[in-house]
Amino acid sequence: MSEHHDDLPAFCHPVSTKLLFGVFFGLIGLTVLTVATSALGTGLGMPPAFAFPLAMVIATMKAFLVCAFFMHMYWDKSFNVLAFLSSLLFVTLFIGITMMDTGENQPTIEAFDINNLANVDVSE
Amino acid sequence: MAVADSHDTHDDHHDLYDHGEFIAHHFDSAEQQFDSGKLGIWLFLVTEVLFFSGLFVAYTLYRTNHPEVFEQAHVFLNKYLGGLNTIVLLFSSLTMALGVRAAQLGRNKNCSVYILMTMVCATMFLGVKAVEYSHKWDMGILVRSAFNLTYTHPTPTTEIGKSLHISDYLVYLCIVPALLLAGFLAASVISKLINKTMLAKFMVAMAITVSGYFLGVVVGVVFMSATDAETGSSHASVITEQPLMLMASTQDEHDEGDHDEGDHDKAAADPNHEGDHADHEEHFGAHPADGGEASFDAHHPDPSTLSRDIGIFFSIYYCMTGLHAIHIIGGIIALAWLYWRSLLGHWRTDYFGPVDYVGLYWHLVDLIWIYLFPLLYLID
Amino acid sequence: MVDSSTRQKLFGTPETNFLNCSKGWKSWAFTLDHKRIGIMYLIGVTVALFLAGVFALVLRSHLFTFDSTMLSDDMYNQMFTLHGAVMVFSFIIPSIPAALGNIVLPMMLGAKDVAFPRMNLASFYLWIIGTGCLLLAILSGKGLDTGWTFYTPYSIDTNTGVIYATFGAFILGFSSIFTGLNFLVTVNTMRSKDQGWFKLPLFVWSLYATAIIQVLATPVLGITLLMLIAEKTLHIGIFDPKYGGDPVLFQHFFWFYSHPAVYIMILPAMGVISELISVYSQKRIFGYSFIAFSSVAIALLGFLVWGHHMFTSGQSLVVTLIFSAITFTVAIPSAVKVFNWLATLYKGSILLNTPMCYALSFIFLFGIGGLTGLFLGALSTDIHLHDTYFVVAHFHFVMVGGTLTALLGGVFHWWPKIWGRMYNDFLGRVGCFLVFSGFNLTFFPQFVMGSRGMPRRYASYDPEFQIFHQLSTVGAFVLGIGILLSFVVLVYAALRGPRCSSNPFRAASLEWQSSSPPDFHNFLQTPVLTDPYDFESQVYDEELDTYIPREFANPDKVAPRKEPVHH
Repeated sequence: MSEHHDDLPAFCHPVSTKLLFGVFFGLIGLTVLTVATSALGTGLGMPPAFAFPLAMVIATMKAFLVCAFFMHMYWDKSFNVLAFLSSLLFVTLFIGITMMDTGENQPTIEAFDINNLANVDVSE
Repeated sequence: MAVADSHDTHDDHHDLYDHGEFIAHHFDSAEQQFDSGKLGIWLFLVTEVLFFSGLFVAYTLYRTNHPEVFEQAHVFLNKYLGGLNTIVLLFSSLTMALGVRAAQLGRNKNCSVYILMTMVCATMFLGVKAVEYSHKWDMGILVRSAFNLTYTHPTPTTEIGKSLHISDYLVYLCIVPALLLAGFLAASVISKLINKTMLAKFMVAMAITVSGYFLGVVVGVVFMSATDAETGSSHASVITEQPLMLMASTQDEHDEGDHDEGDHDKAAADPNHEGDHADHEEHFGAHPADGGEASFDAHHPDPSTLSRDIGIFFSIYYCMTGLHAIHIIGGIIALAWLYWRSLLGHWRTDYFGPVDYVGLYWHLVDLIWIYLFPLLYLID
Repeated sequence: MVDSSTRQKLFGTPETNFLNCSKGWKSWAFTLDHKRIGIMYLIGVTVALFLAGVFALVLRSHLFTFDSTMLSDDMYNQMFTLHGAVMVFSFIIPSIPAALGNIVLPMMLGAKDVAFPRMNLASFYLWIIGTGCLLLAILSGKGLDTGWTFYTPYSIDTNTGVIYATFGAFILGFSSIFTGLNFLVTVNTMRSKDQGWFKLPLFVWSLYATAIIQVLATPVLGITLLMLIAEKTLHIGIFDPKYGGDPVLFQHFFWFYSHPAVYIMILPAMGVISELISVYSQKRIFGYSFIAFSSVAIALLGFLVWGHHMFTSGQSLVVTLIFSAITFTVAIPSAVKVFNWLATLYKGSILLNTPMCYALSFIFLFGIGGLTGLFLGALSTDIHLHDTYFVVAHFHFVMVGGTLTALLGGVFHWWPKIWGRMYNDFLGRVGCFLVFSGFNLTFFPQFVMGSRGMPRRYASYDPEFQIFHQLSTVGAFVLGIGILLSFVVLVYAALRGPRCSSNPFRAASLEWQSSSPPDFHNFLQTPVLTDPYDFESQVYDEELDTYIPREFANPDKVAPRKEPVHH
């Protein structure tokens, strides 16, 4: 599957099939890994607190593979990459600051019981 | 010249290979056109990320503030089915990437095959999802306000349902695809008869795409019965978990007056969030000193042991997967458009932008699922 | 060597231009020409302005007396909600970018069109559909009484047309996203050869910064409104406390978009003012890079301050302090711009025509609006001022005194370019005077009564405030007359004004090198790339009675440059 890259325009950059399949099998492997660690993890002695971070790490590795190779980011103009990654920055901002605040209201919401409104403590 | 371009009506696609035909009049070169489109689609993906972000924020917030809800709720999701769906979507990403490659090399026929494979994977994903959703609806697992868990599966009332032992909801979810399949098959036959070969090929491909949905349904049903502990359970009594807001929906609920007291107990047992951690432990293993609360059985939870906020998880679940499914449907439509253009042979080494751009969108849909899967299915 | 007939062809009044090159309603309805789309947008937002303006006048008439029975309380709620919703979503956000920006941006870049003309047309149709949906809230008979902010839990419980309105706003959001996306790509990929970033007019920089906000923030509004609709219809329990949801969460989601949205409203306006001040003082804009970078700084900082709308909502103290501090910093780039405009005026050769009058009004009114924002950003004073007329006055000073003023100034400025006809400057300035004085009469008393405790969104009030309300109502009608007069002047000029030349005011940005009106393709020749604030690059041509680039002028008749070319 060698490319005849010489007669292709500069902006046309086909990715090799070998690489695409390689990435695919990597993704499958990671998927199997994440399902396995989730189903069997605690049985094999993994502390439960690890489960979520591990799942996120594996998901991010998969995301990296999809972004870099399937989405061609590895060879793309840096401006496009910057635009996409900055969106993640803004999402983080959104989540982060909102989370810092919603903790405040939880006690009131927890205590709210429609059957017994006298229970509600709004003195805070 | 000021009028929008009507789609070229050339049947003989060789005419379109004139130099510069595919460069829009306001661009100076094919490269400028490609670069503009590329930046444009990346910016669109930025908007999609921000669009989904609202739901991820809601997820993060509720999971942080109600971890026990999430841990209890996820048993109702089948992680193997979710894993299967993940693999299907990853495979569709591969075929999409191969399709882009084919378009870049001007191989229109190969491109059309890869696009068709992508579409079939997409509909298969939707089919599996339909099985998941209908299974939940049978169990009364709905959004927060309507959450009403029951283990007795209702008896199917439809003919098909009765003969195949599948839920009514699943039958309803198959009606539209069945109509589409029939429609596309009929359209392909008619097109063949009136000598529109391209159109016939397109209709056949669409019919194949829709069959992917039924393939997904079959696989889903088989998988579910093979892996799911709850299917076929015969928990005799119908237990209702009354939602926080008393809903005077049926006479039955009013009659079960004892459940009001059950709710009060739960509300009292679930005070402020410092108590949450204590609750968490209570629900996950016997607390001997505890006064009479049944211990939480992870495989077959007794509804009365569930947190009163359990429905929140499913509100978020339906919103996230529902929005994702809507994006899959949109993607299928875009792919169908690409398929049509591949049949017409539009792609060449200096013009393959649309395939590239739809490909990026498709990979984003896959990317979002890559995160949804562990967040929703792999919680423990 | 360019000869006289070529000059005539390039810069004289053309036979065929973008307005008359094709006729019939279909040539407009299906056009891909950014100039035609811009004009259609202009007509659309003007209709929205008038409609929402009528709601405002009804409101102000009701408030003339303290115990008025002109409107029922419920109808009053509907009036202020609809005034706000239509103004914000259908008028102000699209106004400068979609109407003026569409017409001018590609020409400033020397391009033939925006990057995605069909997406441009789609964005216009989305505007129509979205506005229609918003108005369905009224036409369905249900109305809308939640305030334009749709706060939960009331918006969940009320039986008014919340779903129509939020769905309309959702669609309008997409219109905004498409415009922003289009502009980002156009500025990135379709600049003229050798036209570097620092050779761009500041209007382009401001539209670019605005587009960044449109693309990043608007989708969050989209998901928020969808979730609100899901909450109302399916009771998903995210915002509704009855189901364990958090109503303040809605406010976080809503303001995450709506605060950056106000920068969508003001940044393009500031860009217009940079152009007007510079051209009508015939002086290079002072501190070009500062103004350019401040636009981007405002765009980015604007994402970090949304909580200042929520100081009294029970927000956590830590987060409140952070938001308050950053709110102070976001004022700095705006102040930088004001100083730079004033410095540009200094020792300039001022032409006090209609657009310049609007530009000077802007500096004064935006200055007041911006400064009063600081009172609201300071936590201690905001506790007292939140939800009073002080807030109402603040945002009207920046939105009307700011954006509307800049819109009018920009429309007057580019009107001769679009139609090839000149407006009546005297009447234009009368209109500006009426707008300026009417506006001040309307909103200045509101600062006073707000600080004295008059709450906003109240249908009746204590008699002590009556005099302020009466001044405000009179002012509102004067403002309305001023806007109406300006509208009449502009329409008359477009249809029957005296013909004018391609560059009557010696502007130097590229759009002035096309004929007036421009050709369908914008330029009949590749425009000469000049620094957009290098006014000496344009010289007067007697035959055509216009200013043309030096390169095209008759060398015998042209004096040498007084100043060297600025680098």
